Amino acid sequence: MNAAYEKLLGGRSGLTGLLILGVLLLVVFPLGLDIFRLNLVGKYLSYAFVAVGLVLCWGYGGILSLGQGVFFGVGGYCMAMFLKLEASDPISTKIQSTPGIPDFMDWNQITSLPAMWQPFHSFSFTVLAVLAVPTLLALIIGMAMFKRRVGDVYFSIVTQAIAAILSILIIGQQGLTGGVNGITDLKTLMGWDIRTDSAKVILYFVNAGLLFACILFGRYILTSKLGRLLMAMRDKEERVRFSGYDVASFKVFVFCVAAMFSAIGGAMFTLQVGFMSPSFVGIVPSIEMVIYAAVGGRMSLLGAVYGTLLVNFGKTYFSETFPELWLFLMGGLFIAVVMYFPNGLAGVYEKQGKRLMEKLSRKKAVPPEPVKPKVATRTDSAEVHLDGANLEASK
Amino acid sequence: MVSLSEFFAIFAMQGFNGLSVFCVLLLMALGLAIIFGQMGVINMAHGEFLTIGAYITYLLSHLTTTYAPSLQPFYFFGAVVLSFIVAYGFGYLTELLLISRLYKRPLDTLLATWGLSLAMQQTFRSIFGAKEVSATLPDWLLGSFKPTENIDIPINGLFMMCLTVLLTGTIFILLFRSRWGLQVRATMQNRVMSGAVGINTRKVDRTTFALGCGVAGVAGAAFTTIGSTGPTSGSLYIVDTFLVVVFGGAQSLIGTIASAFSIAQTQSTAEFFLTGSMAKVLTLSAVILILMLRPQGLFSVRVRK
Repeated sequence: MNAAYEKLLGGRSGLTGLLILGVLLLVVFPLGLDIFRLNLVGKYLSYAFVAVGLVLCWGYGGILSLGQGVFFGVGGYCMAMFLKLEASDPISTKIQSTPGIPDFMDWNQITSLPAMWQPFHSFSFTVLAVLAVPTLLALIIGMAMFKRRVGDVYFSIVTQAIAAILSILIIGQQGLTGGVNGITDLKTLMGWDIRTDSAKVILYFVNAGLLFACILFGRYILTSKLGRLLMAMRDKEERVRFSGYDVASFKVFVFCVAAMFSAIGGAMFTLQVGFMSPSFVGIVPSIEMVIYAAVGGRMSLLGAVYGTLLVNFGKTYFSETFPELWLFLMGGLFIAVVMYFPNGLAGVYEKQGKRLMEKLSRKKAVPPEPVKPKVATRTDSAEVHLDGANLEASK
Repeated sequence: MVSLSEFFAIFAMQGFNGLSVFCVLLLMALGLAIIFGQMGVINMAHGEFLTIGAYITYLLSHLTTTYAPSLQPFYFFGAVVLSFIVAYGFGYLTELLLISRLYKRPLDTLLATWGLSLAMQQTFRSIFGAKEVSATLPDWLLGSFKPTENIDIPINGLFMMCLTVLLTGTIFILLFRSRWGLQVRATMQNRVMSGAVGINTRKVDRTTFALGCGVAGVAGAAFTTIGSTGPTSGSLYIVDTFLVVVFGGAQSLIGTIASAFSIAQTQSTAEFFLTGSMAKVLTLSAVILILMLRPQGLFSVRVRK
């Protein structure tokens, strides 16, 4: 019990952080926002899955994938295919020349359901596909790249190219995927209308619940020995390899986990927003998702959620009121985060918030904490990284 | 019934199409081959430096047709020079203010330059509008060259090829035959040692990056002869450009040329049989597959980390 408390929740400060986020997502937002805004927050939270996955593979694993949109998209498309098939039963599509197939197929002169779509009549297959297809894809990419010791930079470029390929492919294969419009007009999930207000609220809570499950799983990975190895790999890969660890397998694993998280996010996105399109697959959304994690703090799972919410609130607000300014701000955000706040919001909190907390707790005269070994004063980057990680893990 | 001469004509035109795609890819990749290949800096804003060149050409064409019609036939040469100078200047500033602080963090450079590219795109949009613009070509660039009845080769395509050859030649001479090139190559191979023998490595970094940007500007000027320019024109090519450089083997200039050639020929041949988007998917997938089997690219200079 105690071990689970330490590992999953990350001790007292980790639990506090989780509780604060929990209250915010499960109490404050549902009570304080109208259904339209709540649905919007739900959409943002489905991006947060990607950001949480990126914290694992980029912040801790040192693998910057610029193709997370691929996994988000594949997850979302799998779910969309199921919903679309349900929405295009023979009765409601009887005006088409071929009833019973999705409308865009009919527009593209396709007369029977393609084989790729057939299994998506089954919900259990769809859930399996949402989880398994992106993970397998990540496994293949990861195996091919990491087993050959391809460097970080090359990995980023190749993942980016894969995002480009997939979005071109989806747009090009109009009859199979709905092309640039994507799969739209999704109505029901096994007979349950997902467009009603009550369904939106329920989906919001399911989404938030799944997000917490992912965060806890991520935390479990990071506090285990595997998490330590990931950090060690990121900072001194050779040394870990010479110690006898199979570095590539660990990288593949964490990349797969990140892919699976993204896919869950994609599927939840489809359910909440009611459509899926290639504009969430390509290069631009993939890199945008990286900035969510970067703003929140690439070393903090909870920070990633805050980062996602903040950037998206900003995006919605500015693109509504000052559309001209938004790209400047977004560009500035990229540059500022990289140059001045490499650890994002979580880093700022570590510096300022912890100091404030210490002041407050000293007044209450609690016994002083054990003195931490003084490594942060050294400028060696590896040491500083590890120290930051300690702080994060001890939260 | 397709006669032999018609078949030959199709073959020649197809070959020419492949060559113009090759020129486009190579022009874009040359600057990046210097910045990414030699220096290892991931400049995601490379496409925007290209767009700078294209917009300057457009501006100059606009100015000459409005105010000095007699100069209009020759504006293009001025545009090439001016594009180089302006892109070089912006590149210099970028290196000074942004890149120079991030040399030890390549992935962060990637993000920062992506941010820069977003800001630059919005700047273009604010100045020139969201619509695509195209430069008025001088008369001597219009029309086509007809060696036989069935073959029809556009002059602007030929002109771009000449420009590509000229630019590639210049870069080769600069990098491999000049004192400056020697300093660049020395710095990239062993920074500490180069510093020890008296090379100002900071200055070399700065000028190398700026030169890469300047070359991108010239490429942008060349692009206006075959297409129009919009705020996001440059960013459309960024993935292809990086793949060309990586596929060729990042540090080899010959490799960049070879990979641009093979990618271009594959793509234009595939386009003959398939739709444009499928041809692109096929080409990019093939490149990635080969990169997975041979991560060091076609021509590797040394084992990369």
